[in-house]
Amino acid sequence: MFHLFRASGLVLMAVAGLAAQPALAETPGEILASIQKEAAGTPGFQGFSAARGESFFKAKHGTEWSCASCHTENPAAPGKHAKTGKVIEPLAPFANAERFTSPKKVDKWLKRNCNDVLERVCTPQEKGDVLAYLLAVKK
Amino acid sequence: MSTHKQKTFQVLAVAVLALGVTMSVAQADDDRGERYGEKYSEKYGGKYGGENRGKPVQPAQTNTKFQQECSTCHIAYAPGLLPAESWRRMMAGLDKHFGSDASLDAGDNKEITDFLVNNASNRWRAPTAPLRITESAWFTHKHDDREINPAVWKNPLVKSPANCAACHVQAERGDFSERNIKMPK
Repeated sequence: MFHLFRASGLVLMAVAGLAAQPALAETPGEILASIQKEAAGTPGFQGFSAARGESFFKAKHGTEWSCASCHTENPAAPGKHAKTGKVIEPLAPFANAERFTSPKKVDKWLKRNCNDVLERVCTPQEKGDVLAYLLAVKK
Repeated sequence: MSTHKQKTFQVLAVAVLALGVTMSVAQADDDRGERYGEKYSEKYGGKYGGENRGKPVQPAQTNTKFQQECSTCHIAYAPGLLPAESWRRMMAGLDKHFGSDASLDAGDNKEITDFLVNNASNRWRAPTAPLRITESAWFTHKHDDREINPAVWKNPLVKSPANCAACHVQAERGDFSERNIKMPK
């Protein structure tokens, strides 16, 4: 009984510690895992697909821009902002180790870019497919 | 005039003189253009019909969050380029920021808004609050056809009048002085 109490106290402290640092650096794999957790709750979920992510990334979704409009068809290469022309560092973690290491940054950009490209939020399935694709890019 | 009154008068004269010198130094950056915006200048006073960015445009103490967030897609435009009301409007509509969603979380938005508002243009007298820096009276005046050959705007290296740094090489630091202009070829 005492051990159980102490253990749950430790878990609580650990959770509180994590909550206090929302911008804690993570790995792209951990970020993918948390998207997977979100997606698992949707009916009919059967995992992510890099191939589906690639077609989603390169296709237009009812607006002027696709993901590739700024990030180019090769996510391992630098891109360019479609409007201002400012350089965008590569998106694929293989080419840019900083990508997908800050959950706060990931949330910020997915909200913005999904809104620009689809005029809505992306589903966990779409986010996971795209990240699976980006993680599969190795050149 | 009694000695006491004479002394008061002397102090006053020195003060007026000092004020005059300070004012002419402050106005020295605007080399021409007294005539522009006459219809507003009578009403609101000041140059450019009161739409004057003034100086300084970039505060000595910057804000890290502002630098990081506002320079991702374009240069971090110096807060002194627009009046406080423009920045309030801009930051309240970031989800529709010139055709892009540039929204921030509430905490970051507030920190950056405070920085922009606290360092906004100190000489804007007109009751206007444009969202585009390029729409202000001083901007259009300083960049009219007599100042800038219209061909410059068509140069792909310039792309847009919003691309300050194409010619103002120190724009990111809020330095728009004439000696730091370098037209791209």
